[in-house]
Amino acid sequence: MPTFFVNGMLVDITASVPPDTPLLWILRDNLNLTGTKYGCGIAQCGACTVHIDGKPARSCVVPLSSIKTGVEVTTIEGLRTSQARAVQAAWEKLDVPQCGYCQSGQVMSAAALLARKKSPTDADIDAAMAGNVCRCATYVRIRAAIKEAAGALVKAAASDVLDAQLAHRGAGAVGLADADQSPAVLAQRNA
Amino acid sequence: MNPMRMRIAADGATPFRASRRVFLQSVAAAGAGFSLAIFLGDAAAQMSAPGRTQGAPAPGGFAPNAYLKIGADSSVTVVVKHLEMGQGTYTGLPTLVAEELDAAWSQVRVEGAPADNKLYNNLLWGPAQGTGGSTAMANSFDQYRQAGAAARAMLVGAAAQAWNVPASSVQIKNGVVFHANGGKASFGELAEAAAKQPVPANVKVKDAADFVYIGKHVPRTDSKAKANGTAMFTQDVKLENLLTAVVAHPPRFGQKVKSFDAAGVQNLPGVRYVVEVPNGVAVVATNFWSAKSGRDALKVEWDETTGFKASSSEIMAEFKRLAATPGKSAKSEGDAGKAIEAASKKFEAAFEFPFLAHAAMEPMNCVVRLDADRCEVWNGEQFHTVDQAAIAKVVGLRPDQVTINMLFAGGSFGRRANPASDFVIEAASIAQALASIGQRGVPVKLVWTREDDMKAGYYRPAYYHTLKAGLDAAGNVVGWQHTIVGQSIVSGTPFEAMLVKDGIDATSVEGAANLPYAIPNLSVSLHSPNVGVPVLWWRSVGSTHTAYSTETFIDELAVASGKDPVAFRKALLAKHPRHLAALELAADKAGWDKPLAPGREGEKRGRGVAVHESFNTMVAEVAEVTIDRNGKWKVDRVVCAVHCGIAVNPDIVRAQMEGGIGFGLSAALHSAITLKDGLVQQSNFHDYPALRIHEMPAIEVYIVPSTDKPSGVGEPGVPVIAPAVANALAAATGKRIRTLPLANV
Repeated sequence: MPTFFVNGMLVDITASVPPDTPLLWILRDNLNLTGTKYGCGIAQCGACTVHIDGKPARSCVVPLSSIKTGVEVTTIEGLRTSQARAVQAAWEKLDVPQCGYCQSGQVMSAAALLARKKSPTDADIDAAMAGNVCRCATYVRIRAAIKEAAGALVKAAASDVLDAQLAHRGAGAVGLADADQSPAVLAQRNA
Repeated sequence: MNPMRMRIAADGATPFRASRRVFLQSVAAAGAGFSLAIFLGDAAAQMSAPGRTQGAPAPGGFAPNAYLKIGADSSVTVVVKHLEMGQGTYTGLPTLVAEELDAAWSQVRVEGAPADNKLYNNLLWGPAQGTGGSTAMANSFDQYRQAGAAARAMLVGAAAQAWNVPASSVQIKNGVVFHANGGKASFGELAEAAAKQPVPANVKVKDAADFVYIGKHVPRTDSKAKANGTAMFTQDVKLENLLTAVVAHPPRFGQKVKSFDAAGVQNLPGVRYVVEVPNGVAVVATNFWSAKSGRDALKVEWDETTGFKASSSEIMAEFKRLAATPGKSAKSEGDAGKAIEAASKKFEAAFEFPFLAHAAMEPMNCVVRLDADRCEVWNGEQFHTVDQAAIAKVVGLRPDQVTINMLFAGGSFGRRANPASDFVIEAASIAQALASIGQRGVPVKLVWTREDDMKAGYYRPAYYHTLKAGLDAAGNVVGWQHTIVGQSIVSGTPFEAMLVKDGIDATSVEGAANLPYAIPNLSVSLHSPNVGVPVLWWRSVGSTHTAYSTETFIDELAVASGKDPVAFRKALLAKHPRHLAALELAADKAGWDKPLAPGREGEKRGRGVAVHESFNTMVAEVAEVTIDRNGKWKVDRVVCAVHCGIAVNPDIVRAQMEGGIGFGLSAALHSAITLKDGLVQQSNFHDYPALRIHEMPAIEVYIVPSTDKPSGVGEPGVPVIAPAVANALAAATGKRIRTLPLANV
């Protein structure tokens, strides 16, 4: 059975675990990572979206037996990229969620999109997000929030350039002290 | 890097407390495991008592009433009596308390109320605690403001006493209590003294002119948790020794188990028990996948002499036959038959509406732990006291021995408020069955798969409508005759006494029997045949079908009379100023007076309007569609205007209209549950598709300014979109679609 990483933790599966067990249920029932949701079980709704080696995947149809040793699985709990932070900030700013059940999957898909496309068009958003169903139909705000996050990232990138220039001159440090950064992120950056 | 290593074996979910300790130990050793540990630390705090209302405030705090608690840390915890299923109760009701308290929004915390129909009665349709009929804000508006005002009076009284000044001179702003002479205190500092103040019997709430939160932008309390995966749903509840149950249900409604063979199932990894319950056989295991694998491997023989065996085509044929016979009168003014007979132009139409599944994102589920004298439930609970009583009956306890812990619901759209308490009773039955085999006190989580959820019934009923009308030579509507055929939702439920009068189920004819248009001769009649398919309210209930038939038919009459559809409606709505206000606002913002921009070569475009009242809220929507040369079409833009009285949280009102339009459009475009020989033909999102992002139109929402008391917004956006779109398609093609879902044109 494979050994693979989940949010940086090495997961070792004993032979007694049925090889057809979907990754979704390993995450939810064994690792208590309940942010990843069950919605359909057949890759139709996207509520179970995680990243496998950075690419979005529907964990409900990824049997253990198909997981290659050494791959990195990232769930909503372990999502720490700048794109993810921008997406989550935009989700909050625009109050995207209603019931919220699908939103982990939406955030995972949106973060993966922005990691790949800095300024996605409407067509890019449609293509990347069409696999994620929201029965509350929060789609208007999902679209707006992705654009909001993309804009924020472009701005941040510009200010990073400025920060780097300032740091080079010894005039200031890279902005580690954002008020809403969790200690975990700081620790990882320092490590 | 020395990452934390975790070994997963087949039997059993990882014991939570142990794993947390392991994670925390790993923090010191390795950076890589750190972020996970932090998350689980947060989750562990929640999971010690997921959804549990914490009861009395901690020492140093005070609770002036059942609706809020003020902590020594100045936190204001609002106890919300309604389910948060996306519609915004966990923001809207706290807003009312914060408004009267003049609390800072950052002080506000939210807790779900326990089941108690004295304290938390739904004031619009109790005696029962429950959420539905778009009543959460409407029935709480005075109650939660008065609760906040009472707490305010007690804080002010305590400050006045401490500072030896008249209470009338003490002010509160943004969570700070102060006086002109320099006195200043936080809520927390005053809490203990405030608790000793008399609870005021009568309190005055603020004038609208003094509102600081109501009608302004207040961010949702749940957005952060729902964007970072920490929001807790029933699906996510973890308890010590928790087992998961997946149930083999009968393929037909009402079918019984004849026998089952658990051999081979009980030996599967993780499977612990196989127990028969009233509606099937439950496989109980240490985790979901084991329970589901066991359920799928279980051999059940169903009693073929029982169960509902008709097909939906047969049901509709019977409805059509009934429609041609006299029904019960739901409304009769003048003589519609005679007026239509004498009219210079006559019109007839017949409409078919399919069964619809709610298909909430979170399939139905419920957690139950049954002890000797107590039963604890974890649920995204929409029908608190109804389900509480149902569970008590199953497990042989009194209702007050059943505690319900509130979780978020991953949607519902009416499904979690079932007078039959179906999945809740199923969870309780499994706990009872476990108790009977010596496993009392073992918590069990019932999980329905998507397929279980979709095939379980409790659908929006199928309906058949016929409409007849007549126009005089000047194009005035002189008669309107409406016949509705479909199952009663409330017949046979505790709601029958309240909602069925003279054989008319109000939920079958709402939106039709109260047609707002001034038509001198009008009749509405109803047939409510018994069909063996379980049915239930589905977001906007009767209006899901009545808005469609009435608003497309009135549109047809407008076009036939050569009048503009907006002007035609306006002329008939003179006595309905709220309808008029919504209609005029939508038409104005949509640019109705200007021609619709043409499409590209080969494309046809159309614009349609509809206006409808549900739950005392009036919504008008203008839809614009584009049809390509192959007949494929898309809704490009929807302009919506809503008259809901005071919009407590305008952004949530807008969100509910946006989502309601999407939900209604989803059904209009795609949804039908069909039966063949009693077997439900759909099972999951591949054959019961939901609206996706590329199908979502651009939406603009406008709110009619109003000082009326708030009416609901959770449902009223839904029923208006299908007729608006159908009218737009008709404007483009001349073709009227009368069978739903809408097909290619």
